[in-house]
Amino acid sequence: MRELSYMEALREAMRQAMQKDDRVFLIGEDIGIYGGAFGVSAGLLDEFGPKRIIDTPISEAGIAGACIGAAVTGMRPIGEMQFSDFVVIAMEQLVMQGAKMRFMFGGKAEVPFVMRLAGGSGTGAAAQHSESLENWFVHVPGLKVVMPSSPYDAKGLLLAAIEDNNPIMFFEHKVLYKTKGPVPEEMYTIPLGQSHVVREGKDLTVVATSIMVSRALEAAEQLSKEGIELEIIDPRTLKPLDEKPIIESVIKTGKALIVHEAVKTGGFGGELTAVIMESEAFGYLDAPVKRLAGLDTPIPYNRNLEYHAVPQVENIVEEARKLVKGQY
Amino acid sequence: MPTSSKKEKLIEGVLPESKAHELLYKMVLTRAFEENAEEMYGLGKVHGTMHLSIGEEGVAAGAGPALRPSDYLLNTHRGHGHFLMWGGDLNRMMAEFMGKEAGYCRGRGGSMHIADVESNNLGAQGIVAGNLPISVGVGLSIQMRKTDQVVLTLFGDGAANEGAFHESLNMASIWNLPVIYLCENNQYAMSMAFERAFRVEQVSERAAAYGMKGLTVDGNDVIAVYKAVSEAAEQARKGAGPTLIEAITYRWKGHSKSDRQLYRTREEVKKWMEKDPIKRFAAKLDVDEAGLKEIEKKAKEEIRKAVEFADNSPEPDVNTILEGIYA
Ligand SMILES: Cc1ncc(C[n+]2csc(CCOP(=O)(O)OP(=O)(O)O)c2C)c(N)n1
Ligand SMILES: [Mg+2]
Repeated sequence: MRELSYMEALREAMRQAMQKDDRVFLIGEDIGIYGGAFGVSAGLLDEFGPKRIIDTPISEAGIAGACIGAAVTGMRPIGEMQFSDFVVIAMEQLVMQGAKMRFMFGGKAEVPFVMRLAGGSGTGAAAQHSESLENWFVHVPGLKVVMPSSPYDAKGLLLAAIEDNNPIMFFEHKVLYKTKGPVPEEMYTIPLGQSHVVREGKDLTVVATSIMVSRALEAAEQLSKEGIELEIIDPRTLKPLDEKPIIESVIKTGKALIVHEAVKTGGFGGELTAVIMESEAFGYLDAPVKRLAGLDTPIPYNRNLEYHAVPQVENIVEEARKLVKGQY
Repeated sequence: MPTSSKKEKLIEGVLPESKAHELLYKMVLTRAFEENAEEMYGLGKVHGTMHLSIGEEGVAAGAGPALRPSDYLLNTHRGHGHFLMWGGDLNRMMAEFMGKEAGYCRGRGGSMHIADVESNNLGAQGIVAGNLPISVGVGLSIQMRKTDQVVLTLFGDGAANEGAFHESLNMASIWNLPVIYLCENNQYAMSMAFERAFRVEQVSERAAAYGMKGLTVDGNDVIAVYKAVSEAAEQARKGAGPTLIEAITYRWKGHSKSDRQLYRTREEVKKWMEKDPIKRFAAKLDVDEAGLKEIEKKAKEEIRKAVEFADNSPEPDVNTILEGIYA
């Protein structure tokens, strides 16, 4: 199959969605002639013009509100937060308005929009441009939260998000933008709420999100040489969460390691742990469920500190090995 | 305003000549710092991104000397010049830029968050307009502590379109806070041209909405900025409240490292390069081309030494990664 980068896959999804449906449009900062801060929307202005590729002033609350207002009146906007960190300025609109509107109106309104957010560390962008804030939104009823880890998933999940009739927080990882992988040319969707068993193995279940999926895969290759086989599951959508494959896997392996980049305290790992503990997998556990996640610190500027602030391949190898060998 | 000995010549009747020469040097130093920064980035010696103020040095040069060391500064992401004009030490600045322990923020902040709390320099800013509401609190604290300090808060044209701008200016105005809002209007917010983002002709028109004084000055004219900021500081110290100053200037380089600059023409950039604030100020001080070359040489040498200092400083110890988060 043809290979595309994660960024190209996202762009293709948006292009195809816009070609198919006049109601779809893009709105955000520098998404037009600049092509987006990371180049995701490059070229789309030429194809669709400034009425559908809308550059905004620096007004994140305005962008979110514009998405909500347009969505509830029949359009299907795709908003962009240039860096996911800036979503803090749009919180009121997203959390108080977009997420709850349908419910507050007795289930009578639909608010179908996608907010794309570029998250994650690893580019030296320091404390205000490197966060992983996805779990804040998992905590908000009414929102769905999507986190693609590969080009294939990026396209399929974005197309599913655009078709969905709810507000979707779509967290991209800026370090993944240039990674390549097979992506079909035609339109396809990956249903929201379908976990993906990325690798099968018998010794340990690793649940990883976003960039941690590829790091876990690399760790698995190394551990395989020692005879340790990881089973890696990518939930792909944190909300709704497809619990079944995770529970089934833990029943099989008896051990679970959760890996995410976001700060550990209050992160999605706590939720996943509870999901496992509350399930029938509890009786099959022969080790505590472990979390490997970002340290409880803002992301430092210094390259080496930044590296050590979030899980890396070697950390996953070490944690997984310890867990499998009963050293916890 | 600085006091000067009676016989010292005042440039345009306001700025002592020796001070003016010092400013010219710092403008050249700012440019040398940024040219070097760009080069180091290209060589992979620094990572992340950076925002160069080349072409905009006049604003910082005019604003810094209009204030006292006891005043407060809230800077932007494009604030290397202001940092130096505020008395920043080049070695520690370079070390921060290179992520070293000896840097102002122990290598944790980098160019976008560089601060020197000891000198009331409350930092550069990674969030557009993020400093504006904070300035209200700093002004309020000055009022409560009954000092005669003032706050210089910087922002770009783009920042004036964040909701935070509105809340901040209104609060400062209704409470008569000693805040100087200095907008560096360099015509673009990343790729967004001023005309595409505003229906008013000038950012300073918005002052009227908050019942505060607003004015627009030529940001490439050091003395014009100096006069405006001095006047605003005097008003603020007297309890006459905030002022919104818009300084018109132009960014010669791309917004940051990823910018292909498709949103403007080479001709436009060229036209603005002819209004070089450094050359203009040098001419005002009767410094000729050869004189300017000498100054550049001196600045480059100082930069070279700062890089050497930073190169030889240790990296932060990984074991200290959780330090400095809570007091
Ligand atoms: C809240 C927020 N939105 C967007 C950005 C990304 N960003 C950084 S600087 C910038 C442009 C700022 O323009 P302006 O305020 O005019 O300052 P200039 O860069 O021109 O000096 C943008 C969009 C950000 N850092 N923070
Ligand atoms: Mg600007």
